[in-house]
Amino acid sequence: MSQQGLPYRFFPLGDSAITIDFGNCIDENINLEVINRYHQLKKDLLPGMIEIVPAYSSLTIHYDILKISKFYPDTNSAYGVMTDFIEEKMKLPVTNINQETRLIKVPVCYDPEFARDLEQFTSTKNISTEELINIHTSKIYKVFMIGFLPGFAYMGEVDEKIAMPRKQQPNIVASGSIGIAGKQTGIYPLISPGGWHIIGRTPLKIFNPEKTDPVLLRSGDTVQFYSISKIEYENY
Amino acid sequence: MKIIKAGIWDTVQDLGRYGKQHLGINPTGAMDKYAMQVANALVGNDLNEAVIEMHSPAAGFLFTQPALIAISGADFSPMINGEEVPGLHPIYIQKNDVLQFHRPIKGARVYIAIAGGIKIDDWLDSMSTNLKAKAGGYDGRKLQKDDQLILRKQNLFTNTHQEYFVLPWTADLNWMHSDNSLNENIIEILPGYEWERLTNSSKEMMTNASFEISQQSDRMGYRLNNVPLTTTSNEEIVSSGVSFGTIQLLPDGKLIILMADHQTTGGYPRIAHVITAHHSKLAQMNSGDVIHFQFTDQKKAEQLYIKQQQHLQQLQNACMLRLKEYFK
Repeated sequence: MSQQGLPYRFFPLGDSAITIDFGNCIDENINLEVINRYHQLKKDLLPGMIEIVPAYSSLTIHYDILKISKFYPDTNSAYGVMTDFIEEKMKLPVTNINQETRLIKVPVCYDPEFARDLEQFTSTKNISTEELINIHTSKIYKVFMIGFLPGFAYMGEVDEKIAMPRKQQPNIVASGSIGIAGKQTGIYPLISPGGWHIIGRTPLKIFNPEKTDPVLLRSGDTVQFYSISKIEYENY
Repeated sequence: MKIIKAGIWDTVQDLGRYGKQHLGINPTGAMDKYAMQVANALVGNDLNEAVIEMHSPAAGFLFTQPALIAISGADFSPMINGEEVPGLHPIYIQKNDVLQFHRPIKGARVYIAIAGGIKIDDWLDSMSTNLKAKAGGYDGRKLQKDDQLILRKQNLFTNTHQEYFVLPWTADLNWMHSDNSLNENIIEILPGYEWERLTNSSKEMMTNASFEISQQSDRMGYRLNNVPLTTTSNEEIVSSGVSFGTIQLLPDGKLIILMADHQTTGGYPRIAHVITAHHSKLAQMNSGDVIHFQFTDQKKAEQLYIKQQQHLQQLQNACMLRLKEYFK
């Protein structure tokens, strides 16, 4: 499947990176374009282009000024090489590269012991814990992007009934904590300050530096949570 | 070499871990990459060889075997066996010599490079310490008392001296002061994508006012003590890639400059970006120091960086020749 790409603009992110922006928003279609373009561009990177960072609605390409100027000695500037590259590549139709979408099932223990904000959350939203669990586990979420911490997946979108703006004051959050902020849900890969409402915890290690592939989730993956008991959590 | 006294914030760093930001794994790496590469050049290493980065108070070391080292970056008055030694020179250290740092005089981060490098397992193709991930560098943590650092490659430079000695040449960094760098407080910037959001008076403030680096500053970022800047739009920004040098506007109107341990993505307005050639200068500033921002353009920023890198290359070649000549 291939089609004409969505409109975009690009701008320099300092002198060693450039961002391609598809509209500064959280939107499934735009995010799909970001992920498809990410895979497409990644294959074609030129010497001196270091890496691409996909986000909700943007791609950032980091590059090495010196390497690009060596590789293109006649060019006016590395930034010029980058803009030519982007304009040329973005003319190509976007292809849906991520054909096989992975579905990752994530066990969550919603026991209050692992869910510091559960009580406040359910009372503010005026729902029972059972309802919260049902709503949170009934939907398959999309991983929009990975950022903030190693392996931290921004997923969405949650049902309006369990959406809640992030907390005013961040506090220390345990590794594996499942949080909600706005219409996003996420998993804390390691202990960290965080401002999301914590409603459960997974025993699954979503970041493990000892593995050759240390991060479990990728942009474009889908995730479904399922509820486990405290005993199942402890024996996982 | 063995650490006989821990410093406050000492880590093993190289040029950084790239290619993993799509996984949320930030690059880390040396804060002052220029100084780190100068130290490597002086001892004949690859420029990307892992070095020790230290803040003040810095660690003390006992050498358990002879080594050729170089100290660069900040001046923390280095001493070997109680005698002052200069930075920016190769120094040949003998077994049982003790290297310590007396007091901070200038700068914020000092680097020690050791000929042959440090033997450490790499993590995802880099030896840089990622403290948040608890990975890379020395067990993913800061250096502590009694840690042992081993040479990665045999020291090729041998001699018959009994005592440590300072080699008679130095890295000349005076060229760096030939341009704007003359004024140490000037940090050159490029406008960020949300620059236009600033009100006119805030835009003027950006280049007219001085910005003090606050106490809440570390390897992740420098928070600035500024009169709050104001914007004409509060449109939210969804998280997007950021970089070393990105200057973000926080909700309270203060600025933060992202440094080596910055996160991969951020959602605050990007007001401006410190040019890459000035990262080194910025990395040597302490809290309490004052910055004056000055705009430059993309082309000049690139040229200054290329000039820096060419200088490093020349320095590396010259050092290699001298070392080979001296130890032949």
